[in-house]
Amino acid sequence: MQENYFYHALKIDKKQCIGCTHCISVCPTQAIRIINGKAEIIQNRCVDCGECYKACPVSAIKVEDNDLNIINKFKYKVALIPAILRSQFPDNINESKIFDSLIQIGFTHVYEVELSADLISKKVKEELKSKNCVKPLISSFCPAIVRLIQVKFPSLIDNIIKIKPPIDITALYIKKHLSENGVDPKDIGIFYITPCAAKIAAIYSPVGEIKSVVNGTFNLNNIYNRIFKNLIKNNEKDNNSQKINLTKTQLTWCLTNGEAKNYSCKSLSIDGIQNVIEYLEKIETQKIKDVDFLELRACDESCAGGILNVQNRFLSVEKMMKLSKENTNTNFVSKITDYKEFLEKKILIEDIKPRSMIKLDENLDQAINKMEKIQKIMNFLPKIDCGACGAPTCLALAEDIAQNKADISQCIFLKKNINTDKTVEKIWGKNRFKNIEDYES
Amino acid sequence: MQFEYKIKGGDFSEAGTISSKLKKILKQLNIDNKIIKKVVIALYEAEVNVIAHAYNGKVNIDIDTEKIEINIKDKGPGIENIAKAMEKGFSTATSKVREMGFGAGMGLPNIKKNSDKLDIKSKVSEGTNLKIITFLNK
Repeated sequence: MQENYFYHALKIDKKQCIGCTHCISVCPTQAIRIINGKAEIIQNRCVDCGECYKACPVSAIKVEDNDLNIINKFKYKVALIPAILRSQFPDNINESKIFDSLIQIGFTHVYEVELSADLISKKVKEELKSKNCVKPLISSFCPAIVRLIQVKFPSLIDNIIKIKPPIDITALYIKKHLSENGVDPKDIGIFYITPCAAKIAAIYSPVGEIKSVVNGTFNLNNIYNRIFKNLIKNNEKDNNSQKINLTKTQLTWCLTNGEAKNYSCKSLSIDGIQNVIEYLEKIETQKIKDVDFLELRACDESCAGGILNVQNRFLSVEKMMKLSKENTNTNFVSKITDYKEFLEKKILIEDIKPRSMIKLDENLDQAINKMEKIQKIMNFLPKIDCGACGAPTCLALAEDIAQNKADISQCIFLKKNINTDKTVEKIWGKNRFKNIEDYES
Repeated sequence: MQFEYKIKGGDFSEAGTISSKLKKILKQLNIDNKIIKKVVIALYEAEVNVIAHAYNGKVNIDIDTEKIEINIKDKGPGIENIAKAMEKGFSTATSKVREMGFGAGMGLPNIKKNSDKLDIKSKVSEGTNLKIITFLNK
């Protein structure tokens, strides 16, 4: 069944994992538990945001990558790069040097993802004006956010705009454009250089589409190293004829407020997954009204904060802003506009399905039983959220117990005689474990 | 299954806290999103009413497989004319409350619109009892 299968790029290296609980406490969907001394990801809860990757003190969380050789399966090897790639390099390395290096390491074509940004913003503007628009309209740009809404905010699924993200639209354009120039589409391999794990998941396990047009991904940090090596080797060559200058809008699209600023209605841009969760909780309870458009990004500083980037995110933003200011190219006409009609026909995605992790049971009677059980268990648990049981919080442990996925004996504070231990009493107070006798009896 | 919460009159910053908690519970119970939305709006409006008009209040929520029953009891001025209070746009909120974006006179009509059964009992200068019922299997 499709709904039970989610590709995740984040993997835990069991050899390196020290079972320290850092990751379980930062995971925004409580998708990690410690089992047998190692962290384990609950697959259908993970949204690939990468918070665990950032928190891991021993780099035991890996982002799956492909061998660059896979491009050789195709005659035409296209590198689809995010605009942010240029901000990873020092100022004297301009985009044409980066493009050239990509060609030298084996690609035959280089395109930038954000080429399709204007097409998308036009479509969003139309949608915002339409009578049936569900507001606030939520951008579909960040795949971690789309997944977050699927698992944690299923009631807001209809608010996600049903437009493909720039990667897919630009990839469609590349395929069409090259095939019109006599290339057999089967010979085209499009590979996205990704700054984050969520975009990998979006390509191998897309939402609202059956299969992505993109053939594979490479992690940005690895490609960065390849480009760097190449630049050291031949820094004088400059022969790229395919250089494309993005417009201001396109250059800043992936940054915070890159989308929202294009819309004249009441639009907000929110970055950082915890900030996004806080806001979505509020609109779900109708506490905030009258906002038309939401640009939501999982990473702090949006894509500049992607976990596979090399450059510091603030410096990266500074550079992108500078490039955009210097950019006089306000109405750059790319060939993509020639394919407007073709792309507009393919721009929409199908319905996004919820994959709620929150429900305790399909059956209401059972769900109520489980919730009552959770309430009872919570009376005994110390509410310290120490993580020593392997679950991120006492409540998460209680939920796991109610689901028969854990046992109350996992709580180290419910061990015998802990309530008579003077050191424990000194730290946690006299009454903290007074329920332990009830539990024991 | 029962839940009990307290509301303090005048504390507008806390408006929506209880409805937010109820929303979480209903999501866990796998209640239909449309029903969740209705119940949450109704409770939110009721919360605001207590905060805007009363001294304090108590919310009791009872959930079973048939229905969600919410009882809101407040100590406050009570409602003089319930029929009038049910009219859209009618409000006794002070201009200060209105400036804050509350008191548009949509509270009770909105609760009625978002519930299956609404029962109001009120005694002037004592308080108001609201019973909001939403059926789960329709």
